[in-house]
Amino acid sequence: MLRRLLVSFALMIGLVGGLWSAGAQTIIDVTEGTIKPYPIAIPDFNAEPGTEEVARQISEVVRADLVSTGLFATGDPAAFIQKDLSIGLQPRFADWRIIRQDGLVVGQVGRTPDGLLSVAFRIWDINGGEVYRIPVENRQTGRTELAAGQSFTIAPDSWRRLAHKVADTIYTRLTGEDGYLDTRIVYVAETGPKTARIKRLAIMDADGANQRFLTEGRNQVLTPRFSTSDQEITYMSFEGGRPRVYLFNIQNGRQEVLGNFPGMTFAPRFSPDGRSVIMSQAQNGNTDLFLMDLRNRQTRRLTDHPAIDTSPSMSPDGSQLVFTSDRGGSPQLYIMNTDGSPLSCPSGGRDTACRITFGRGNYSTPVWSPRGDLVAFTKQTRGKFHIGVIGTDGEGERLLSEAYLDEGPAWSPNGRVITFFREARPGSGPKLWSVDLTGRNLRQIVTSTDASDPAWSPLLD
Amino acid sequence: MKTIIKCATAAVVLGLGACASDPVVEEVAAPVTQVEQVAAPVQRAEPVQQVRQGPVGPLAGSLADFQANVGERVFFDLNQWRLDDSDRAVLQRQAAWLQSYPSVRILVAGNCDERGTREYNLALGERRASIVRDYLVGLGVDPSRVDTVSYGKERPIDGGSTDAAWAKNRNGFTQIVSGARNS
Repeated sequence: MLRRLLVSFALMIGLVGGLWSAGAQTIIDVTEGTIKPYPIAIPDFNAEPGTEEVARQISEVVRADLVSTGLFATGDPAAFIQKDLSIGLQPRFADWRIIRQDGLVVGQVGRTPDGLLSVAFRIWDINGGEVYRIPVENRQTGRTELAAGQSFTIAPDSWRRLAHKVADTIYTRLTGEDGYLDTRIVYVAETGPKTARIKRLAIMDADGANQRFLTEGRNQVLTPRFSTSDQEITYMSFEGGRPRVYLFNIQNGRQEVLGNFPGMTFAPRFSPDGRSVIMSQAQNGNTDLFLMDLRNRQTRRLTDHPAIDTSPSMSPDGSQLVFTSDRGGSPQLYIMNTDGSPLSCPSGGRDTACRITFGRGNYSTPVWSPRGDLVAFTKQTRGKFHIGVIGTDGEGERLLSEAYLDEGPAWSPNGRVITFFREARPGSGPKLWSVDLTGRNLRQIVTSTDASDPAWSPLLD
Repeated sequence: MKTIIKCATAAVVLGLGACASDPVVEEVAAPVTQVEQVAAPVQRAEPVQQVRQGPVGPLAGSLADFQANVGERVFFDLNQWRLDDSDRAVLQRQAAWLQSYPSVRILVAGNCDERGTREYNLALGERRASIVRDYLVGLGVDPSRVDTVSYGKERPIDGGSTDAAWAKNRNGFTQIVSGARNS
């Protein structure tokens, strides 16, 4: 059955070449303005014998993923008229128009001869009365072609990832944005009283499933960040009594101290190319920024200023950094060239670092968007904390959230969503949240313990 | 008599400087009047004197002595790292005590309240710890005896979320690492 499916998919591939991006049928406008969620029906996928339960579960996760983006509304299955859907057949569009669905996903779950779980699906444009063609890589030619459907296979115990892949494909096809649903989030799991807090590294799927601890909690750990590969993280630990930056390989559990700095090191992040770690080093009351090349372990000083310089984040092309400094008297955001050369400041003049925040309050933990145009930050003002975004030129500051404590934004790999941690009320304990960069779709990512310092993985392979 | 011993123990363990001496004296004083009948009042009173000057106070040079008679923490104003007069008084006592017990090594930890972001607070705590260390070194403490660390906002001593709790949590903590006498 599956082989037949694959063959039919090969036949369905349209040879439109590179035209697919130009002829985009993109329907969902994800820029500013109110968004009416796109109504898309996702009935439970058809199942080959023996996969009925997992087919139902996969369908459920696809629906939950799409709803979680805030851009889709999946219709009520009780209202669906057509029950005899098949992936190889055109649906009866009138049956879906009458219940006001704009899109329809028809899927099929099965097993490959070598025991893998497979899912194949098509997305239908109900109003246009045609299938949404999906760019798919032709395995024989290596070229991307437009196909009438898409299929994925995976080991059966990773069935949730199949669902995330399907959801990402739908999301990408209908919004024009890269996906972010098949990702993980690394964070700090917190237990115990505030005065004797236990903090462990933990990791989970971006939808909150599969939570597990990576460290035992003997030493407090803080601020993990993913590498551009999803297998390596950098973080800070109090192991050995003082804060130092570590590398941790998720696959084999190996961890190592990064560098042999005097004093303490903290606030680590990878450069976007994954080749370096940038971090703060503090000694004798002064905190500056350093870069370590991971290949030869050479370090380079990035800032040399008597004020505190911390929380560095690199631009996607690696040419610039945004960081927190209190050189102006209070914590504010500054931008500098990675090579240390002076730059023209948006507020006038040339300097080795330009301040970009001038609003009332303290700004810290800047994170450069993967798209390059925005910086997310934590702002503290009038007794409240906010997550916000601002242009790299200091223009267009927008606050996205407000609470007793909102801290530590991190971008989804497509730059659409920000995750952060929130203590809603004094003493209520930190929890993980996410919000769209427009400030909509604020939602909690439920964790089994208190949680802080979330960081997003790149899109998984 | 039992009351006195209990109190002395508590003083050592908890580092409480002032033991409740008034009730103790009263309790012990009562039998003393009885003893007067056998005309040996002065000698009978001696145990009271011994207890108050000897075992009641922490052993000089011990952690308890440092905690009770010197002070382990200085407290900072909001977003500040400067030392005020009362902080300097504590550190002057610490320096003098450290000069008296030259084998003692210390770790100065800088702490912050929860009303700041994690990484900036790690840096701010390091700055606070260094200010304390520099002041002690300026008073003659050998720098090789003083380590510093910052715990940022990660180790509050008061779990509350009030101005008073935050004020306690913004501190420089001088921890004796080694070399103190066993009390």
